[in-house]
Amino acid sequence: MKIAVASGKGGTGKTTLAVNLALAANESVCLLDCDVEAPNAHLFLKGEMKSQRVVTLPVPVVDESRCDGCGLCSQFCAFNAIVSFGTFPVIAPEMCHGCGGCMRVCPQKAIHEIDRRIGVVETLQSGAITLVQGRLDIGVALAPPLIRAVKESLIGNLLIMDAPPGTSCPVIATLRDVDFVLLVTEPTPFGLNDLRLAMDVVRELGLPFGVVINRAGDADEYVRPYLEEERISLLAEIPDDRRIAQAYAKGLSLVDTLPEYRPLFTNLLRQIREAA
Amino acid sequence: MKIAFSTIGKDLSAPMDLRFGRAVNYLIYDTATKTVLAIKNDYADAGQGAGIKAAETILKAGASVLVTGDCGPKAFNVLKQANVKIYSAKNVSVSEALAAFETKSLPEITTA
Repeated sequence: MKIAVASGKGGTGKTTLAVNLALAANESVCLLDCDVEAPNAHLFLKGEMKSQRVVTLPVPVVDESRCDGCGLCSQFCAFNAIVSFGTFPVIAPEMCHGCGGCMRVCPQKAIHEIDRRIGVVETLQSGAITLVQGRLDIGVALAPPLIRAVKESLIGNLLIMDAPPGTSCPVIATLRDVDFVLLVTEPTPFGLNDLRLAMDVVRELGLPFGVVINRAGDADEYVRPYLEEERISLLAEIPDDRRIAQAYAKGLSLVDTLPEYRPLFTNLLRQIREAA
Repeated sequence: MKIAFSTIGKDLSAPMDLRFGRAVNYLIYDTATKTVLAIKNDYADAGQGAGIKAAETILKAGASVLVTGDCGPKAFNVLKQANVKIYSAKNVSVSEALAAFETKSLPEITTA
């Protein structure tokens, strides 16, 4: 069972939800932090580093003695990472997506690939939770290949993924092939706007999903009425409780610090298992 | 010698475009024939790599000098590898920038 926790807007509570779902599961869980540009689940799980591996992407190198400057590589590249102006092409490796197309179209076989480091995948153990996180190197813009590397670590039966915010490529890379998407939002106009964007993505991918409102209060003019009107399942509401923010600020987990919230997460997990 | 200018218009009277990679058009001025060729920038809205493609565009047009507002690091690299000299001209028309270039009063861009 693969559950992804996502949201359009950042800072709605993806990590809080993912970490506490994992802690409330009462079985061995693999938690994948797919927010490789800013992994933060490790802040709430004091664990021991078990392994670390470097992730690379193949990028082209041109053999000047073979290149005749035909420019086919440049015409082919959809990412403008290789340019040719009648001479030896210039490559911008930081823009290359590693598709290998330039190498294939080169009639002179003048292009070969070398590995370019983009980040690391780290595995930590914290009790029953195996935390796998990606850490993109500073200056690297391409998150999806590293996210795919994080997702190769499929350990055990229950997999919870903490997705990056937004609706772009890193989110798609995370959500692909999951069984259920939990969309977290907050009861604000911004929260609703970005929830709708995230729902568009999840529907386009054809994935079952449910919504959790975080920092919920009585005066929700935005999200709750919208969900009722659209008949979208509201799976849980985490109340706007100052003590939750205090625990979060100290890097403490919710289910251990405020045990009265544990049933909220166990129920949520049960509902997801029934829905997926 | 051919000089490339980034511009928002299509002739010498048009204002310079401060952007290189995202410029609307490029004007290629041939000092030998005193003729002008306007090239539309097909990569002005590219998701990435507009600067690199802009460098490719003016190089294919045969320019050995570029006059623009600012030039980013990736385009700068490509242009330096092709030995193009880059000069900065802002808030003037292309013809004014050309006149300033001819009197050697344009500052050269030497770092990106």
